[in-house]
Amino acid sequence: MSAEAIVGGNSVATSKVIHPGWVRITHWINAIAILVMIGSGWQIYNASPLFKFEFSKQITLGGWLAGALLWHFAAMWVMVINGIVYVTLGLLTGRFRRKLLPITPSQVLADAKAALTFKLAHDDLSHYNALQKLLYSGVILCGIVIVLSGIAIWKPVQFQELTTLFGGYDFARYVHFFAMAAIVGFLVVHVALALLVPKSLRAMVTGK
Amino acid sequence: MRQRKIIPGVDAKLLIKDAGKLMLDPMRRNFLRGAASLGALTFLTGCDIIDGDTAEEMLRKISSLNDGAQAAIFSRSKLAPTFPESAITKPFPFNAYYDEDEAPEVDGKSYKLEIAGLVENKKPWTLDELHALPQVSQITRHVCVEGWSAIGSWQGAPLSEFLQRIGADTRAKYVWFKCAEGYTNTIDMLTALHPQTQMTFKYAGQILPRAYGFPMKIRIPTKLGFKNPKYVVAMEITNTDKGGYWEDKGYNWFSGL
Repeated sequence: MSAEAIVGGNSVATSKVIHPGWVRITHWINAIAILVMIGSGWQIYNASPLFKFEFSKQITLGGWLAGALLWHFAAMWVMVINGIVYVTLGLLTGRFRRKLLPITPSQVLADAKAALTFKLAHDDLSHYNALQKLLYSGVILCGIVIVLSGIAIWKPVQFQELTTLFGGYDFARYVHFFAMAAIVGFLVVHVALALLVPKSLRAMVTGK
Repeated sequence: MRQRKIIPGVDAKLLIKDAGKLMLDPMRRNFLRGAASLGALTFLTGCDIIDGDTAEEMLRKISSLNDGAQAAIFSRSKLAPTFPESAITKPFPFNAYYDEDEAPEVDGKSYKLEIAGLVENKKPWTLDELHALPQVSQITRHVCVEGWSAIGSWQGAPLSEFLQRIGADTRAKYVWFKCAEGYTNTIDMLTALHPQTQMTFKYAGQILPRAYGFPMKIRIPTKLGFKNPKYVVAMEITNTDKGGYWEDKGYNWFSGL
């Protein structure tokens, strides 16, 4: 019996459960943590912008640089510990392998075409189409990159090998920024689709 | 990097003096502004977790836990990366909470570095005596809390050797620095003893210009820029954390790199 089945109680119950408890709990903890990280991160960005724009005060968190840094380095622990639990369980239970693999380019193209012509079905929530597989895998990878590049710019002396891996301190700031941009891009699509297909939102709350 | 502008017709000195006084309160009031975007959190958790005082207290507690985490990963033997002369940022930026023409002007002839606290020899040091100390050079990256960084070249005496010379009790927890303009800074003893922590008297081989902290800066390449005090006029070896200018306003105390 898989660990997922143990969490679900028994294998019969598991067949109905789309998202086991650990997925739902880590999902919503992550949702809160990532919003805090993004809001405070935008305020931190404003202290020394990488590009010729700043984020509006209305959508940033922390009020000023010190407040934003306090939020960022508090939510960081929640996001990282929660992320480690999620990825560990995702690998151990086989959920990642079952749900996210394989991803083939031909399937992605076919599903992208179907999506753009509004023909992509969401009947079976327990099965991910190729686009979902690609986006969910992609955002997990972005999560790993944003944490590692964040550590690289937070501790460029103690973890200088990591900083070097990201092309040095200044380059790592850009990596961190673009990983954020990718995650925000994912969030826009993700939230829009969750609202368009309300039963998917229900499944992430109740499990069914 | 931020450019600071002076409004014509406004006395810059008074303006900065006022700004310094006013900074704390509006900043504190603004502490959680923008938290509206987190309204959903209140909805989700059913409790008002973004209530100002509670949140601020929680964040400060986590910040002091982060001090501990950073002290734990700090290695006394891990050196900050060094760079060739060609990598030096030119011009190296002036940075402070005031404009460059407001920077303290310390008279090198009458200057004396005051020594206090848990130390055998509290004799003040003249600039000539300080300049006679064996000096080393480093080209390292200065990382600002704002995110930008710049590579500079600093020469001076290792602080660890100076602490030994004056018979400082290196079992004490902190070294506190006071600067000519009233800026203060406290650092942990392990960082004070780090081989690259330097009492800096020169920038790029020249006596420190006023902009970079004449007559003495404490260069700490393992800490954020604001933990590198300039215009240092006194140091105290102590077991009491006396805080610091920015730390007291909410920046993380350890601020290690």
